[in-house]
Amino acid sequence: MTTFIATIEHVVKGPVWGCQDCGQCVLHSTGMTCPMNCPKTLRNGPCGGVRENGHCEVNPEMKCVWLKAYDRTQGWPLPSAWKEEYNHLRPPVDNRLKGTSSWKNFFTKRDRWTPAGWKNTTDEAIEVGHN
Amino acid sequence: MSTLEHKLTKTTEMVFTAEFHSLDGNGLEKAKKYADRLSGWFDGVNATDNTAAHAHVSNVATAIAMKQLGLEPILQVVCRDKNRLAQQADIMGASMFGVENFLALTGDDVTAGDETEARRVFDLDGPQLVRLMSTIKRGEYMSGRKIEPAPHMFIGAVENPGAPPFEYRVQRVAKKYASGAKFLQLQICYHQDRLEKFCAGVRDAGLAGKIAIIPSIVLVKGARPLNFMHNNVAGIDVPADQIARVEKAANPSEEAYLQTLEFAQHALAQPAVRGLHITDFRNDETLERLMTDLGRVRQTITSEVKDNHAYSA
Repeated sequence: MTTFIATIEHVVKGPVWGCQDCGQCVLHSTGMTCPMNCPKTLRNGPCGGVRENGHCEVNPEMKCVWLKAYDRTQGWPLPSAWKEEYNHLRPPVDNRLKGTSSWKNFFTKRDRWTPAGWKNTTDEAIEVGHN
Repeated sequence: MSTLEHKLTKTTEMVFTAEFHSLDGNGLEKAKKYADRLSGWFDGVNATDNTAAHAHVSNVATAIAMKQLGLEPILQVVCRDKNRLAQQADIMGASMFGVENFLALTGDDVTAGDETEARRVFDLDGPQLVRLMSTIKRGEYMSGRKIEPAPHMFIGAVENPGAPPFEYRVQRVAKKYASGAKFLQLQICYHQDRLEKFCAGVRDAGLAGKIAIIPSIVLVKGARPLNFMHNNVAGIDVPADQIARVEKAANPSEEAYLQTLEFAQHALAQPAVRGLHITDFRNDETLERLMTDLGRVRQTITSEVKDNHAYSA
């Protein structure tokens, strides 16, 4: 059953979003742009190597995945909660989930697990107005 | 507490940082020569981590050598070559030798280097690495396993005010500040308007005084390195008029110096800026000239201070 769900997810999300099967989907918080297509697989991009034309440091033919995510977050009619999440610090990838279904991991809350050291911080979130 | 941390958190003085040369063969001897050149001018010097994706003497070994030579190292840690376990080991290893300043970078891609067939790691990204450093500073590894006593750490990160999306870069500063970064070295930016907007944005976000902004400048000998950076370093755009200014000058070397001095003075006048980071490719007297022109006085490093630097934790 688990494999069946993963297959369905892959068939749907692969062609549409370029899903890389990380098993911990963050599409909603990245303007429906899969960050695992960033050659550096950054979960908190863009890096400092974005070219003058907005293209990728690694692959000059490709628009920066994170720039695309930023533009879509700003421009697409997405729920405001999703838009806010763009600015959040996404935790490191849990490599054990690679190839599993993120749908299942979402419903079981498995995708929200983070290592103990990642928690208990005294972060001060700051929202910066854009103009 | 490191000099860098003391000056940035307890005073309003500007700080000056530099980039240590990458070391290869005969590293200790070359480190000594370069330390003599920088000594007395800087509050902290970056121990680089495989710059531009080229293999060199490791960041940790360089930082230890710098400490023994009386310089205050800032340990660069990049995400390209090592996973989170190895990064934690490097931070703890450097900390064991008294290194207190840490700088988290995502890092250039392997394609920027000379071994482009290598596997890129990026297990963590830059902002996550800042948070990992904060975790260690708090006395825990990422797993939650305790570190007793917790190492003393002053954590910094980097940002590029000159790369798109310009208006979003300030939000990244906020993200890194929220993760625990107290200072931020900037990528070299040849667009003064972009630096102005970035620094004003940091101030308007209420971050001035919370995170110290340290823009970068680079000492070059002529137009060739400007062209090189423009064409080969992703994220650095040098406007054509800035290149032409040096290229067409009667004395390009002197013009390049004056250009750098102008950029330095401009950067130091921006809001939220607490210092300057200097990359020095010239190997001539211009480093001393620049520092003097910026009103700095070289400090004498006595052997006693060197000893303290080398052995105190």
